[in-house]
Amino acid sequence: MSTETPPPAPGSAKPATSPQIGADEWVQRSGERTTGPGGLFGYASRTAGRTPAFVLLLVFVGVACAIPLLTSNGYVIGVDADTMLYVLLAMGLNVAVGWAGLLDLGYIAFYGFAAYLYAELSSGHYDIHWPTWQSVPLVIAATILLGFVLGSPSLRLSGDYLAIVTLFFLEIFNNFTTNGYAWNWLGLGATHDITGGPTGITNVDPFRIFGRVLDNRPTDYVWVAAAGFTVIAVLFHYVNRSRTGRAWRALRDDPLAAEMMGMPVKWLMLLAFAVGAGVAGFAGAMNGAYYQGVFPDTFTFPLLITIYAMVVLGGVGSLGGVVLGAVVINVLLEVLRTPDHARWIFYAALLIGVLVKVRPWRLLAAVLGGLVVFGVVVNQIVGETWARGVAGPIAVGPTSFTKNGFFATLIRHWQVLPGNTYEANDYRIGNYAFVVAIVLVLACTVVKGWKRWTLLVPTIWVAAFAWENVLIEQAPTTRPLFLGVVLIVLMAARPAGLFGQNRVEIV
Amino acid sequence: MSENGSDRKPLLELRELSISFGGLKVIDRLDLHVNEHEIVSVIGPNGAGKTTVFNLITGVFEPDVGDILLEGESLIGLSPHKVTQRGVARTFQTLRLFLNMTVKENVMAAQYGRTKATLLEQMLRLPRARREERRMNEVAEEKLGFFGERLMGYRWNQPAYSLSYANRRRLEIARATATQPRILLLDEPAAGMNPVETHEITELIGKLRDEGGYTILLIEHDMHVVEGISDRVVALDHGVKISEGTFDSVATDPRVVEAYLGTSAAVTK
Repeated sequence: MSTETPPPAPGSAKPATSPQIGADEWVQRSGERTTGPGGLFGYASRTAGRTPAFVLLLVFVGVACAIPLLTSNGYVIGVDADTMLYVLLAMGLNVAVGWAGLLDLGYIAFYGFAAYLYAELSSGHYDIHWPTWQSVPLVIAATILLGFVLGSPSLRLSGDYLAIVTLFFLEIFNNFTTNGYAWNWLGLGATHDITGGPTGITNVDPFRIFGRVLDNRPTDYVWVAAAGFTVIAVLFHYVNRSRTGRAWRALRDDPLAAEMMGMPVKWLMLLAFAVGAGVAGFAGAMNGAYYQGVFPDTFTFPLLITIYAMVVLGGVGSLGGVVLGAVVINVLLEVLRTPDHARWIFYAALLIGVLVKVRPWRLLAAVLGGLVVFGVVVNQIVGETWARGVAGPIAVGPTSFTKNGFFATLIRHWQVLPGNTYEANDYRIGNYAFVVAIVLVLACTVVKGWKRWTLLVPTIWVAAFAWENVLIEQAPTTRPLFLGVVLIVLMAARPAGLFGQNRVEIV
Repeated sequence: MSENGSDRKPLLELRELSISFGGLKVIDRLDLHVNEHEIVSVIGPNGAGKTTVFNLITGVFEPDVGDILLEGESLIGLSPHKVTQRGVARTFQTLRLFLNMTVKENVMAAQYGRTKATLLEQMLRLPRARREERRMNEVAEEKLGFFGERLMGYRWNQPAYSLSYANRRRLEIARATATQPRILLLDEPAAGMNPVETHEITELIGKLRDEGGYTILLIEHDMHVVEGISDRVVALDHGVKISEGTFDSVATDPRVVEAYLGTSAAVTK
């Protein structure tokens, strides 16, 4: 990336060597003019690209394994283990969705199937307690087989149709697990409890490896997941650079051309489902052993969406990308659990968004200044006319960064806080504000020029109002909402995901 | 076969091939053969069924009646990838590259059918997988080298969508040759090319036969290309073979002129 010698303009190329079509100097030196993605992401992806893959693997596994050694906080270690589980799932989903381009919405059924199968083989439900070294390989093999079976619609269907059929499989699975406590064959004979019904199967055995019972949750399962991750990452890294990986990418681009070039497309599609299912098989068995129980509510559509979000955010088809996507999203979701942490993220995201997107600096200064003035003026007016309107409590969660601190004081003088959110009327204000905020955001996308920047000020203020007065109190609703906003913003900035390749469909 | 005065066994032979789409006879009892090391051009007006012939040979469509023989063995009923593995490779009239893969990957991917390492071997990088991977790399570089400087060097690692139109056509041919075929089916290789490039592609097709050793069945609208390289020309109209022979005999055949230009033109000629 030398910038010392500016390349000659296309017209002034020196005729020193006879210009050949497609081989002239301008083309030869194209590398010098090529710029990769700029900014922080560009720097990160260039660095990641230069670093050997095994170093990245060591660093990632090292960090994951170091957390249980560095802290004794069970919650943090639990998040670590959960995150590793999500990383595994995202890697598995990436095979069918990312590499082979098959829209598989039934992926969570593989995960759930494996978890249930492990639970059946290692719990008091049937009073079977298989040793881990037998049950886990069997679970993985059975899940791979299920991958072949549920992948078979891809032989005839593609795109949206495949998505609908695979989603249907997931729904069947959910129905089966929820209602499987009273199963009988075609109404013949006595009913039979297979899945434990809505309460699932509890008291599932932990893994036992080399005579050691892995019941030190969650630390032991960080090791288990890290070991599984290492193996799968190495296998996937190699397969991605093998003829099968290339064939998957080829059929994703053009299945007919791939078939014509000697690739057995149908078989390769089944293989993609099966390989992804194998990873889900391991993750499912670990899920059963780690949580010491399996429950039908776990393996439902919201989890599928979360895993998809991880894959899409990280960059569809990029192995490192989906790993990063899983980490970012799961950690973000955990941080958002605590309202005060969520508040930090909310204001930081707003500020960063404004700083990044509003140019030039004069406009930026105007918008920021406008925000401050607007908020303070509204706060003063409301404070004069309706004292209770600015007296509401700011602190929410148990770990209050902001209770009476500097930050809380700032917000108190800037926002309107009608306060007691336990009163139904006040909630209603927050709800209206939320709707108004959405309308304002939409309006911002419609108008252009100075109108947009003027509109941005009340939009941000109303969004913050909705946040302070209703959203922050309702973490279960806010988390997916916030995640959606983060995804939309990130996808607008980087449509191919954090580390995804920009793809071209038609040229 | 009388035109060649040869009794060589044909490499590819179509016998009484027919297919209809919803009552429309697209190909009607077509007989066609291509001998080893021959360049045969198929010409005909748009909609004559030329590309359908390619789709029949490569197994995209199955003929209603008739047989397709490659070295005496029937290709009927084989799925397209099996046909390719038997030694038939094609390019597409509307380019169908793997646009989001690099130039070299495009050519390497086409060697899938020529490698045998199992998925497990590939996942574990066992010796056979490594050996085949090296081999695929060498073959890819060799096939791309066939086109001179154009697809070499830094271009190997660029995505196929970054290539110019002419280079995409070249890459399609390189990709087809990477399947290690006996016979190459080229569907309008000169379409959309300027006169210089058309001239180059004509030479290239000759080189593919002479140096590469491929037998070539060609669909082409550009009569300069057809004239320049064809050993034999077959003219189709409405799925029926209307003329066959040397370029000169076919080009002056009244039925061919009529098919292209209409009846009155044939009369005034």
